[in-house]
Amino acid sequence: MSTTDTEKDAGTRARRRARLTDTLEIDTRLLGMIGAFVAVLVVFNILTDGRFLTPRNIFNLTIQTVSVAIMATGMVFVIVTRHIDLSVGALLATCSAVMAMMQTAWLPQYLGLPLGHPMIPWLAILAGIIAGGLIGAFQGWLTGYMMIPAFIVTLGGLLVWRNTGWYLTTGQTIGPLDPTFQMFGGINGTLGAFWSWVVGIAGTLAALAVLWNSRRDKQRHGFMVKPIWAEVALGAIIAVAILGFIAILNAYQVPEGRLRREFEARGEVMPEGYTEAYGLPISVLLLIVVAVVMTVIARKTRLGRYIFATGGNPQAAELSGINTRLLTVKVFTIMGVLCAISALVASARLTNHSNDIGTLDELRVIAAAVIGGTALAGGIGTIYGAILGALIMQSLQSGMAMVGVDAPLQNIVVGSVLVLAVLIDIIYRHRTGKG
Amino acid sequence: MTPLVEMRNISIAFGGVQAVDDVSIDLHAGEVVGLLGHNGAGKSTLIKILSGAYKADSGEILIDGKRVEINSPRDARAHNIEPIHQTLALADNLPAPANLFLGRELRTMFGFLDDSRMESETRKIMARLNPNFKKVAEPVSALSGGQRQSVAIARAVYFNARILIMDEPTAALGVHETKMVADLIMELKAQGLGIFLISHDTREMMSLCDRVSVMKNGQLVGTERVEDVSEDDILSMIILGKKAPEAV
Repeated sequence: MSTTDTEKDAGTRARRRARLTDTLEIDTRLLGMIGAFVAVLVVFNILTDGRFLTPRNIFNLTIQTVSVAIMATGMVFVIVTRHIDLSVGALLATCSAVMAMMQTAWLPQYLGLPLGHPMIPWLAILAGIIAGGLIGAFQGWLTGYMMIPAFIVTLGGLLVWRNTGWYLTTGQTIGPLDPTFQMFGGINGTLGAFWSWVVGIAGTLAALAVLWNSRRDKQRHGFMVKPIWAEVALGAIIAVAILGFIAILNAYQVPEGRLRREFEARGEVMPEGYTEAYGLPISVLLLIVVAVVMTVIARKTRLGRYIFATGGNPQAAELSGINTRLLTVKVFTIMGVLCAISALVASARLTNHSNDIGTLDELRVIAAAVIGGTALAGGIGTIYGAILGALIMQSLQSGMAMVGVDAPLQNIVVGSVLVLAVLIDIIYRHRTGKG
Repeated sequence: MTPLVEMRNISIAFGGVQAVDDVSIDLHAGEVVGLLGHNGAGKSTLIKILSGAYKADSGEILIDGKRVEINSPRDARAHNIEPIHQTLALADNLPAPANLFLGRELRTMFGFLDDSRMESETRKIMARLNPNFKKVAEPVSALSGGQRQSVAIARAVYFNARILIMDEPTAALGVHETKMVADLIMELKAQGLGIFLISHDTREMMSLCDRVSVMKNGQLVGTERVEDVSEDDILSMIILGKKAPEAV
């Protein structure tokens, strides 16, 4: 075969590939990210002789990712509108301090609720979310209305909120936190096998319903739809992914010693051969809910449309009558609320509030959003991309720790990966002419 | 017949500079009126007063013979005046339907964006304005200059513009696309819209416009029907600031 033939073959193959992804209407960039993620998982699994992809480690990996992933979804909106938020880690610390002080000091002292009162965790969470929202709104107002660059507002915020948290707790570590509150952290709050399957099946059905509805909607308007085999294939991939994930989490058994202690605590004796699975952690369920809500905001609401339009061309947005200043306040408010939700997850996972909680999270969150394809020039980014970015970062970090890579080298690799990911993204956009 | 728009004795000054000095122009339905003049002659300023970007120091604006107050772009839109900006004011990262409906989105009964309906409306109007337009789902950054222009025009037309203001609509376009936009202008004119056109290209103005108004140093030199004058007459009005002798 001559060289030209081989080239022609390669060309045909490339075209066929392009057609396949077009038919399935899958974003090729998403495929690339999933490919990178799978590669990271497989490489570490080989390097650790199969210890990386055990149910236990996958469980740990997901609960370690939740806090950064939740904030990364908000960072997408911030970066899409051409801003940046350097204060998320510090804001997380202040929200965490508010929630910890509420449940251990303020509610018992000022409202007279005794420790362990059932309302305590919920009031504490509510207070944290209000604090996060207000602080976010304030930073958004400084940026949008006072015209101070977000870089400066949130750089100042990084110092202010880190130390507001410190001031509120007088530097003490506060714990143990309320047991109900701790259920949002990960291992201390899981659904168990049965309810995990219920959630998994409900999620699968909902995803299939969305696919089906959008097909019907397109047909009603007389648009082109995918061939039915492509639709079925896509549905099958989604179902396998969701249910497979649940199956893995359900394969992680609660250790026997812990189960025995739980039975003893209830004054019972554990039956012989009794086992229990952890299943889906509540924190992961929380992340899924956040991801769905944020995706709906991004794609299906005016707010989301205006966020992307403003990021694409701020003058055009203003000429179209969009209040871009108020929009900035809204975007930073969402970011603040998400920081508070992350604070709940992070402090609950550690079972206490400490001064240094969330340190350097701003960098992890920005890196997750950027690795996930959010363009710093604005206008482009996806929620699922940011979550995948957070997963890739966390896998790299835990993988290297498991392999025994020296701590300084770990950070050198993570930093390099961030720069490399952006370079690949720039080349990709250049080639495809997108963005 | 009552003109669609009448701007009477409009004046505006910025600092000590009289940018527009006692200018009166009018525009009828189904008519294209060109504004000609050097840079700084005041034509863009005059037109920005109509689109609500500036407020005149004195003078009045009449629409359908009734006096109106235009203090903001929103007021102008309320009177069905749609400016098509030189920079097009499109969000490059969004597809045509999102741009067409930007700020005026169609929504479902639950309040969510109705993308399918916006897409199908976009297809309908683009089929009327620019039948070659196919890239409905792609970001407008992937479109050619002419296609982008037609999206910007579609946006005005869809929301029932009666008065279009087009500032250099063909400045950045190739020969083929310039013709496409010219055809579009003729089509909109036939549908009964009034169009103010700003351009530097005298020849193009002679072929597109029914009348041309020439400005110099903030003042109106004169308004002529294109069939009554030659291109040279217009050029001498632009350059010398006075009417050609035979036209007087």
